[in-house]
Amino acid sequence: MKKSVFLGALTVAGLAAGAAAAGTLDDVKARGTLNCGVSTGLAGFSTPDANGEWQGFDVAVCRAVAAAVLDDPMAVEFVPTTGQTRFTALASGEIDLLARNTTWTFSRDNDLKFEFVGVNYYDGQGFMAPRELGVSSAKDLDGATVCIQTGTTTELNLADFFRSNNISYEPVPIETNAEAQQQYLAGACDVYTTDASGLAATRATFENPGDHVLLPEIISKEPLGPLVRHGDNEWGDIARWTLNALIAAEELGITSANIEELSAGTDNPEINRLLGTEGELGAMIGLDSDWAKRAIMAGGNYGELFEKNIGESTPIGLARGLNAQWTDGGLIYAPPFR
Amino acid sequence: MTTLTDPPKDRFRFSQLIYDTRYRSITIQVVALVLIVAALTWLVNNTVENLEESGKTFSFAFLGQPAGYDINQMLIEYDNQMSHGRAALVGILNTLLVAFLGCVAATIIGVFVGVLRLSKNWVISRLMAVYVEGFRNIPLLLWIVLIFAFLSEGLPQPRDFRGEDPAASMSVFDSVAITGRGTYIPRVGFTNSLSGNEAVAPQEGMPPLASGLVDWLVIIGVVIASIIAMRYVSARANRIQQATGERPNTLWPNVAIFFVPLGIVLLLLGATISQPYLRGFNFTEGIFLRNSLIALWLALSLYTGAFIAEIVRAGILAVSKGQSEAAFALGLRPNRTMNLVILPQAMRVIVPPLISQYLNLTKNSSLAIAVGYMDVRATLGGITINQTGRELEGMLLLGGFYLSLSLIISAVMNYYNNRTKLMER
Amino acid sequence: MSDTHAQTVRYVRETMLPEREPPLAETGVIKWMRENLFSSWINAILTIVSLYIIFVVLSAIIPWLLNSVWDAESLTECREILAAQGLSSHDGACGAVLTARWHQLVFGYYPSELYWRPILALALFLVGIAPVLFANLPRQMLLVSAAVPFVCFWLLWGGSVWFPVMIALGFVLGYLAMVLVGKALSPLAGIIAAIVLPILYWIFLAGPLAAAMADVIPLRIEEVQSRAFGGFMLSVVIGLSAIILSLPLGILLALARQSNLFIIKTSAVVFIEVIRGVPLIVWLFTAQLLLNYFLPRGTNFDLTLRVIIMVTLFSSAYIAEVVRGGLAALPKGQYEGADSLGLDYWQSMRLIILPQALKISIPGIVNTFIGLFKDTTLVVFIGLFDPLGIAGAIRASTEWNGIYWELFVFIGLMFFIACYSMGRYSLYLEKKLQREHR
Repeated sequence: MKKSVFLGALTVAGLAAGAAAAGTLDDVKARGTLNCGVSTGLAGFSTPDANGEWQGFDVAVCRAVAAAVLDDPMAVEFVPTTGQTRFTALASGEIDLLARNTTWTFSRDNDLKFEFVGVNYYDGQGFMAPRELGVSSAKDLDGATVCIQTGTTTELNLADFFRSNNISYEPVPIETNAEAQQQYLAGACDVYTTDASGLAATRATFENPGDHVLLPEIISKEPLGPLVRHGDNEWGDIARWTLNALIAAEELGITSANIEELSAGTDNPEINRLLGTEGELGAMIGLDSDWAKRAIMAGGNYGELFEKNIGESTPIGLARGLNAQWTDGGLIYAPPFR
Repeated sequence: MTTLTDPPKDRFRFSQLIYDTRYRSITIQVVALVLIVAALTWLVNNTVENLEESGKTFSFAFLGQPAGYDINQMLIEYDNQMSHGRAALVGILNTLLVAFLGCVAATIIGVFVGVLRLSKNWVISRLMAVYVEGFRNIPLLLWIVLIFAFLSEGLPQPRDFRGEDPAASMSVFDSVAITGRGTYIPRVGFTNSLSGNEAVAPQEGMPPLASGLVDWLVIIGVVIASIIAMRYVSARANRIQQATGERPNTLWPNVAIFFVPLGIVLLLLGATISQPYLRGFNFTEGIFLRNSLIALWLALSLYTGAFIAEIVRAGILAVSKGQSEAAFALGLRPNRTMNLVILPQAMRVIVPPLISQYLNLTKNSSLAIAVGYMDVRATLGGITINQTGRELEGMLLLGGFYLSLSLIISAVMNYYNNRTKLMER
Repeated sequence: MSDTHAQTVRYVRETMLPEREPPLAETGVIKWMRENLFSSWINAILTIVSLYIIFVVLSAIIPWLLNSVWDAESLTECREILAAQGLSSHDGACGAVLTARWHQLVFGYYPSELYWRPILALALFLVGIAPVLFANLPRQMLLVSAAVPFVCFWLLWGGSVWFPVMIALGFVLGYLAMVLVGKALSPLAGIIAAIVLPILYWIFLAGPLAAAMADVIPLRIEEVQSRAFGGFMLSVVIGLSAIILSLPLGILLALARQSNLFIIKTSAVVFIEVIRGVPLIVWLFTAQLLLNYFLPRGTNFDLTLRVIIMVTLFSSAYIAEVVRGGLAALPKGQYEGADSLGLDYWQSMRLIILPQALKISIPGIVNTFIGLFKDTTLVVFIGLFDPLGIAGAIRASTEWNGIYWELFVFIGLMFFIACYSMGRYSLYLEKKLQREHR
């Protein structure tokens, strides 16, 4: 009784974030901000900078969605989540969209009742070892001590890999990437395993990156993507097609530099449809016709975001690899805007 | 008299429920009960609705599904094909292990530091004050993290032990290896183990403590029997001394009573000491105390030890000075005075707050999360919840476990407390 | 007996010897050292061992601190500067991370142009708490203390001034109801009115009234989301609001636990024991993972608030035990005296028992607060940016990836200063109370 009163007072106060049951799109519009769940800190994907402003590849997805829906890429409330708390935050409606390098798996999609709206980074679990250890393959790791990050699919993959190869290992579970890195550098584990992108990003910040090698085995598929709650298909479509718009923009050669020029109208009907000068695509997902243009202008197309946050010019230094456009032999592929 | 104060029954008015103190207490309790029941119903009702909405059912069936993840420290047999329930049990045992070790070490540290802080030695008492204030005023979580990092960075790694001229070497006659991953100590194996399945060398991944459990129980039983026999010998010697004035020599019989049966049992069981040695990436053989356990154990016992030291100090100061002066006047030496006169009296003041420190330590062991020690919060409350999405059931089990552990500890300690309580007149 | 006496014996001294200096070993430093450091073999060994430990620790830390680099953009730059001096990266601290990010460690992501607001709030809080802690200040200042929480709330979160004003008005309403209705009908009716009226007011009137007033006189400052809170500011906000909110709850629980009404006593005991039996980290996970299950569908409020509620419930159980200790420490004569004056239960509690019991509970309450303040570091596990969480975020940035000890030493030092001074204060209070009781 007393609690409900307390809550009542709070609801009146406007501290309550509002109901989550109705359409998420309406909620977001009414609220004027997008609540986006990100990692508490992963170099290149989501970290607050010295001014407390969030930067990174996952963060860019949130900003694009906010730009498409609210016409303001800065209208995002970033909710830092841990591996443990991210799913509950989404399920409870605390966040509208989770962009926290989360692996798309069957059970997460169905048992946990979420909807993955696509893949923004194709990753796989790899190993990093000191060069002086002289290990050339993960199969040489019999009896090795392995640092892993808990609360992810990593520990299950690892158990499967060592089991299927019938070799033993000693897991050292660690809560965060920063902590795992410190343990690995101190030599408390022989190898560090996490997603290959994370390994590359981590190695890049070492004092002597050359002293460490990435082993050739990639032991799992880790399609990382943003996700929303099951059951609100309109909102899922918006998130899905915003991501697709970023990908398609790169394929079609739309960049933040030439978008103004292209949105005046071009000969390419798909560009015209994407940028809203032709057709009514925006209205079909409950937005205006400029939505994709705003999403792309928020930070650039997929390729630009990649280069700016995690690409080879950054300290993270990831190559495009699997994440190149399908036209360049990669897996990044957006369905047609038609 | 009673008829005067008792109002006649037929004149009962409704307002008496509020104004008459005899009825008012009932009214208040009924109202409170109704409010509490209503609040609980409201919560349960919300939970049921929310579960329905999210399409989940309330069931503990997930405990039977295969866990799929590995646990590095296990006191009972476990592999990743066993159930979530088994994983939770492994975690529970790990929690109990670190809580037990922590309570023992914290008590020892606390008593030593508490006594030393009252020492006349200026350097010692200052140093102890710095220790107590430092640990009491900095969050435990920070200590756990710092000690863990210190262990892994400050100690040599297994690879430093390798090669012709290694950077590090094993201590205590080459039998103990202290590394940045943990400490390896020799372990005793049994060739003729009573549990049957035990070879000299443990199988790969075999839990170190559970293996040979029966043998250890037998050995402990023999030692206890020997001690009882020794006490009997001493008691007999006392009787003879009182009767005749001459005390028979008890030293050699006692030595024989203690060591001969123990030696025979160890011989029969075929006890062998296997020392850790370097193989591949790590040391093998021996008992491996991981740094996550050591760091958590050290941090918990140093932190709680600082609080216990203050309790012990207050307890000693509470014993009046006349007691120690009287003891000195009797010619007791300072350490005997402390053991025989001061501490026994101080115990009555010390024990009740000590109980709550033990409870705190047990609850604080859940900070294992910071160093990746696989306690019950990490297995049941961490990975299991995360993989199965059963947060409601998992958290209920976790809370229930900690609650019952706390209640058991306080019940046991309260029993002890009541037994030793000074009978007040 | 003897026939030798002074006059006849020749070797008896007739004049006093001049006073001599005591032997060198019995004076000054040497005497002090002999008595205090080397009084026995064991003591001597202990002294030497301690001195050795102190030497080892200091010789590791002092050069590291002295060589620290305070001016660099990133860890790599730090290492370069150290390498230029011919030092390895372990020989010197990289204090530059603190100069670059200290404001985040202290204020989190609170907008930097608004830092004056939390500082002012803290100053106001200290002014407000002064009359509670120091009895010799004028009693009228307690009115200021009552207003301070609302002002602090407004300063920290910002927004319209009318919302905290309207909430505060509810308390005034409750007080008026208690006095007026209590006089008109009966004291019990007064208490019921004092509880029911403000609640009704908060639910139905406060919100619209605040909105209406905000329309008429729009007095507002920039709003800050609680997600922007972080660092030590977050620890202080969680700790202080939890302890202030838990005081009334804790007092009620303590009274309920002492009550002789069975149902009330039992429910208080169950509540207190359940809360105290389960670690805070489990309660925090409950706040994060489960609170949404327990509340009606659609209610959803932000994590900081959920944590404050959970920590409030948590600390109320501990405060209840402290206050219960205070109640138990009062001599029985006080209770009997109150009864003999014909005071009813609430009057005797309000006028006689609680003022005394709370006074002797203050050291315990301060100690509970110290514990709570340290425990706020646990919120890092549910994704809030307390000092440790901020340290994690700083270490995840590309500039400072790989930094370690500097951040943790700084955080430890800050906690030590805060907790140590509060601990000293509670010790001083305890001593003072002991003196007063003699």
